[in-house]
Amino acid sequence: MKSKLMKSVIGIGALAASTLGPSSAQAEDLTLCWAAWDPANALVELSKDFESQSGHNMSFEFVPWPNFADRMLNELNSGGQLCDLMIGDSQWIGGAAENGHYIKMNDFFEKEGIDMADFIPATVTGYSEWPKGTPNYWALPAFGDVVGWTYRKDWFDRPELQAEFKEKHGRALDAPKTLEELKQIAEFFQEREIDGKKVYGASIYTERGSEGITMGVTNALYNYGFQYENPEKPYELEGFVNSEGAVAGLEFYKALYDCCVPPGSSDWYMSENIDAFKSGQVAMQMNFAFIWPGVESDPNVGGGKSGYFPNPAGPGGQFAQLGGQGISVVAYSEKQDAALEYIKWFAQPEVQKKWWESGGYSALSAVVDDPGFASSQPYAQTFLDSMAIVKDFWAEPAYASLLQPMQSRIHNYVIAGQGTAKEALDGMVKDWNEVFEDEGIK
Amino acid sequence: MSEETNTQSKQSPSGNRLSKVRGLSDRAIAWIFISPTILILLAINIFPLIWTVYLSFTNYRVNRPNKEVEFVGLRNYERILSDSDIWITMQATAHFLIWTIILQVVIGFTLAYLINKKFKGNDLWTTIIVLPMMLSPAVVGNFWTFLYQPQIGLFNYVVGFVSGADPSSFSMIGDVALAPWSIVIVDTWMWTPFVMLICLAGLRSIPDSIYEAAECDRASKWRQFWTITIPMVLPFLMLAVLFRGIENFKMFDLVVQLTGGGPGSITELTSINLKREAFEKWRTGYASAYAVILFVSIFGIASIYVKALNKVKSR
Amino acid sequence: MSFSVTEPSNRQKWISGALVIGYAIITLLPLFWIVATGFKSSPDSIAYPPKVIFEPTVEGYVNLFTTQTRLSQDAISEPRKNLSWYEQLVREKGNTIVGPSRFSERFFNSVIIGFGSTFFAILLGTISAYAFSRFRIPLKDDLLFFILSTRMMPPIAVAIPIFLMFRHLGLNDTHAGMILLYTAVNLSLAVWLINGFIDEIPIEYEEAALIDGYTRFQAFYKVVLPQAATGIASTAIFCLIFAWNEYAFAVLLTSGTAQTAPPFIPTIIGVAGQDWPAVAAGATLFLLPVMIFTIILRKHLLRGITFGAVRK
Repeated sequence: MKSKLMKSVIGIGALAASTLGPSSAQAEDLTLCWAAWDPANALVELSKDFESQSGHNMSFEFVPWPNFADRMLNELNSGGQLCDLMIGDSQWIGGAAENGHYIKMNDFFEKEGIDMADFIPATVTGYSEWPKGTPNYWALPAFGDVVGWTYRKDWFDRPELQAEFKEKHGRALDAPKTLEELKQIAEFFQEREIDGKKVYGASIYTERGSEGITMGVTNALYNYGFQYENPEKPYELEGFVNSEGAVAGLEFYKALYDCCVPPGSSDWYMSENIDAFKSGQVAMQMNFAFIWPGVESDPNVGGGKSGYFPNPAGPGGQFAQLGGQGISVVAYSEKQDAALEYIKWFAQPEVQKKWWESGGYSALSAVVDDPGFASSQPYAQTFLDSMAIVKDFWAEPAYASLLQPMQSRIHNYVIAGQGTAKEALDGMVKDWNEVFEDEGIK
Repeated sequence: MSEETNTQSKQSPSGNRLSKVRGLSDRAIAWIFISPTILILLAINIFPLIWTVYLSFTNYRVNRPNKEVEFVGLRNYERILSDSDIWITMQATAHFLIWTIILQVVIGFTLAYLINKKFKGNDLWTTIIVLPMMLSPAVVGNFWTFLYQPQIGLFNYVVGFVSGADPSSFSMIGDVALAPWSIVIVDTWMWTPFVMLICLAGLRSIPDSIYEAAECDRASKWRQFWTITIPMVLPFLMLAVLFRGIENFKMFDLVVQLTGGGPGSITELTSINLKREAFEKWRTGYASAYAVILFVSIFGIASIYVKALNKVKSR
Repeated sequence: MSFSVTEPSNRQKWISGALVIGYAIITLLPLFWIVATGFKSSPDSIAYPPKVIFEPTVEGYVNLFTTQTRLSQDAISEPRKNLSWYEQLVREKGNTIVGPSRFSERFFNSVIIGFGSTFFAILLGTISAYAFSRFRIPLKDDLLFFILSTRMMPPIAVAIPIFLMFRHLGLNDTHAGMILLYTAVNLSLAVWLINGFIDEIPIEYEEAALIDGYTRFQAFYKVVLPQAATGIASTAIFCLIFAWNEYAFAVLLTSGTAQTAPPFIPTIIGVAGQDWPAVAAGATLFLLPVMIFTIILRKHLLRGITFGAVRK
């Protein structure tokens, strides 16, 4: 009885509030879903400002990367109401848009004066648009991310190593400009004794279960000439996915895996790579940029001991795998207005600035174009350089079906050593064609 | 009401003496008692199974609710049976099945035989050996990835210590040749106790008098072992094999956590492969056909096996 | 003790005892390692060679129960007082606690779903088993076989329609849905095991009670149940352990609200990188109740395992 009374009192209160002002609706419990990683914890801190301003209460559901896509796509496909706000991975946007998991943001952006031109173009295309290249927005770019490299500057700077490297390769031991150079450096460090400890060349992505090895190998594939499809003729794969360049790129990644990684790194993704780097096992690590604030503040490898460089160029150009996410409102949520309020709050330049300061990579141009940005952190320039060369995996609605065969074909070749690079890529063409046939695209 | 009670209780096994029971008739009680169980099992097991069969003839996809569902006849089945990758997962499953069963039977029987010597404190040690099979395979499997890590992992260290090899020179879950064994080892660690317990029950069911009679006939211990112990325990052992076989054909949690199917698809058992098709690629129709094939093969093999088992038992 | 040809000699006992104990110790090693790792510091947990002797710390447990983020440079230099011991501990690593973690929720979910499903499986299983044991049921053997055969089904094989069904009924990620599901899975085992226990109780007891004027229900409640209590209790432990450990359905059908511990524990990660002490701490808390149960109730449990299998 009492609770019923309470409910009606709250109801009347809410009614009164809603007639008074459009934005001061009743206090809601909003749940935001994202991956469990550093930036997410920073967002929890940041969101406290929103809670005090709006009166809404924020809860968070963070899932570690290897399970993130699985869990969250399952959630969306089951029409779950767990998440009101979803910071979903960039590749989900097609499926989420076509199946109506996310609400469309165009009207909201227009009403609130949020302009997509104010954000880094690559992030708008990558995190927000579907179909790509059209002004249909399903998310607000929330976290810019890209694969780059971290290296042990303190090791690179050692005179005896400098001298030895110079003698061997005829150039200074420095951040590599090309992938070939990167491999030479990795070979140089492989199984070398440093401070009485055996170290290894580089840790790279090799994870099998979710998306790890794909997010890693693409950095080699793109730069050797791999393309997802014929730029002239969409969904034509033959000769692009398995081009000669693509084969060379895949062979390069395998060669790097065979020569220069720590033992046992056959199923590694972000967190394992961080571990290896922080514990002083490797000279270089491939990883998404989100880790850099953590590296800088680490007692072992931070404070100037580490350096950063964008994915080095290859014969086919210089690209880097795009990561990062946009923030969307889940269509099954019953609290969409409050969720939009959060996005409105998050889009403000001051909040975005604070976001960058607390370790989140803002995608707002005003933040990254600020003259002080590049020098604000040792990795800021590398982040900007990397964001300028990004490429992303398929964002089709069938993205998961496209990712799976890539994971298994690539892992089978690179880690298990079965078949040839050409066979792996030919297999991928076959699998992908099947997916597109199933989808009724071809 | 009372009439019905009378006629009912005549049929009931408890006979005529109980004809003056008050309350509901026995038949009513029986159905009230049984129907919830049957209903729940129909709803959660049989109905879904029928639905799976239905879905297996369609191209339905859970993640494409707006797409029209079409009947595709047997196409899903054709695609599965002609897909070479699926045969690879079948081979992986077969390797896992055969080796876990061999190892568990050998070790489990040996342990049971030793425990049956009734040394002091045998029941406490039996319990300790049984501990792993009581634990969550997912949680334990996850922790084994840590034990298997080259260099820092306990497993590699112990093996290195015993064999003299460098603990960082091999990687149980990363190496193509070793990965299939990494899952066999953990499963054997977990489930040998099960085989052991069943063998123990078998050993304890052999009456002492048989051995005593054999002793009188001056049969050697060795002969007694092969002519009495083994044949008497065999039905139990076969039962243990059946249970382990079914369980490991369904194996999912332990291996998902241990290797996730890798490296490549070396340890991708059928259940893991099926999960990928159904809940990662969301090819619902295709995955349903896959499930039906799996189910039919488990049932088929199990029923052939049970026939053989009954033959052994009746011998 | 009188001489018997089947009684093993002392030497045989000694050798077999030593071998079995040796195996048991090897078997225990991984479990010991889980417990030990839970009390290690992060560097100790990944030390080479693996550390057997180390300075114990509860860092792993603190990490398990909290969500943390890295302190900014300014915050580190700014001294703070009145921190509790665990906040102090976290701060020493350059982190700060932003809130509790999800572990206790997940653990509690496991408790609710485990006990809930066990209760229903035992309740329904007991009455069905009683009916199967005491009444003439048409097609009894077929029904019993049907009940048992539902256990052979690979969970993944029925997961698709259950996923669809649950989505339709709004049972996805709810405690009720998981309780229903685990009840169904456990029910077959419960019926089989309890049926066996009740079969062992002589029917004469009930007949006597019925003649004394008890109703069927009273006879069932006052005569059969007390006699079958130990058997039912050990069956309950089995059901509980199954529900406690189940992973495949939990990972597919639960998410933020009703997720149980098994899909959660492997996903525990630290501020950056895998936090093995926290994982081990979570695993310890989750596995320990089962280990203790097993050791305390070993007589009934061990009998139950073989009984369930051998009886068929």
